[in-house]
Amino acid sequence: MAGSRRFKTLDALYICMMVLPLAVGMILKAVFGSPGSGGIQITGAMVFFIIPQIGLPITESQVNSWLVMISITGLCLFLTHGMTEHVQTKRQHLAEWCVEKCEKLVRENMGPYFMSFAPFIAAILALSAFSSLTSLLGLFPPTSDLNVVAGWAILVFGLITAAKCKCGPGLYLKSFLEPIPVMLPMNIISEIATPISMAFRHYGNVMSGMVISVLVSAGLTALSSAVLGWLPGFLGEIPFLKVGLPAVLSIYFDVFSGCLQAYIFALLTMLYVSGGFPMEEFLRRKDAKKKKTADQAV
Amino acid sequence: MELALGIILGCCALGAGIAMIAGIGPAIGEGYAVAKSCEAVGRQPEAKGDVTSTMIMGCAIAETTGLYALVIAILLIFVAPGSFANILKETVK
Repeated sequence: MAGSRRFKTLDALYICMMVLPLAVGMILKAVFGSPGSGGIQITGAMVFFIIPQIGLPITESQVNSWLVMISITGLCLFLTHGMTEHVQTKRQHLAEWCVEKCEKLVRENMGPYFMSFAPFIAAILALSAFSSLTSLLGLFPPTSDLNVVAGWAILVFGLITAAKCKCGPGLYLKSFLEPIPVMLPMNIISEIATPISMAFRHYGNVMSGMVISVLVSAGLTALSSAVLGWLPGFLGEIPFLKVGLPAVLSIYFDVFSGCLQAYIFALLTMLYVSGGFPMEEFLRRKDAKKKKTADQAV
Repeated sequence: MELALGIILGCCALGAGIAMIAGIGPAIGEGYAVAKSCEAVGRQPEAKGDVTSTMIMGCAIAETTGLYALVIAILLIFVAPGSFANILKETVK
């Protein structure tokens, strides 16, 4: 089974599914992108084309996030391909490690009742982390577009509201009047601020990293041309000061900050959902229902 | 016209700089959070994982106000000058 031709072909197919979308993204960037002028360029997402009737622009961030999604799907298929009951391959070890870590995270932060949230949290973590990491390949990271993260934040806001409405919308609406009815405007503002702050936190961190990287690298180019500009010919144009510091900054802003923001986004999702769920009331009602059915049975 | 454009650009840059004064607040707050969590780890080294994840969580929340200021500053630098200039052009017309 594991060594057969069919298995190997499928493996190659999944690896292609992982790698090809990223290559397509780079090709698209090279084809549609404007040639760099060498100066400081801080722009938003590139618009590929605009759907005529509704005026909906298809931007680089949308395309890249779909490419990342396809790539993650390929990764999952590759890791879970040829799974057996007894762990034999390295990839199965890796896949089981990921799933176990994620389930442990959800169990610790949300409690055993919310274990059904584990796949969603894993999806958010993977999508966010890999989206931020695409900037290592020179692609436009979708998370540095406010629209993408705002979409995720609205999705999470819907989940939070659904968890709060678990015991009926009446209880949810009543929670706005607590602790005293005068707090109503404050409570409404804090409710609306949840998705906004989640979106801004993720977007702001990734975007500020991008801006600082561009500024530092442009500044170093200018500095090295000021220091060595008097040399004749191409010798004066070598930006020798650009060696080193931008790479360190990139490790911090692209790798560390991107993964940290993914973790924080997922953690906040878990805390808001499990915090908004009225557990005591839910358990009380469940007990009452159980008692009622038991009484009826008697 | 040129004077008005210059005032718009200068005030946008000034406003962005003033907005980023808000960075002081989260810096102090996160400094406190990290200092206290270092103390906690020193006192109870076995609780390091819990303390660290709680600290990162708190830092993320404390960072929010600074990030609001950052977004406002980015809007003032990259978006506001263009839209203000368009408004100016339309009023001059």
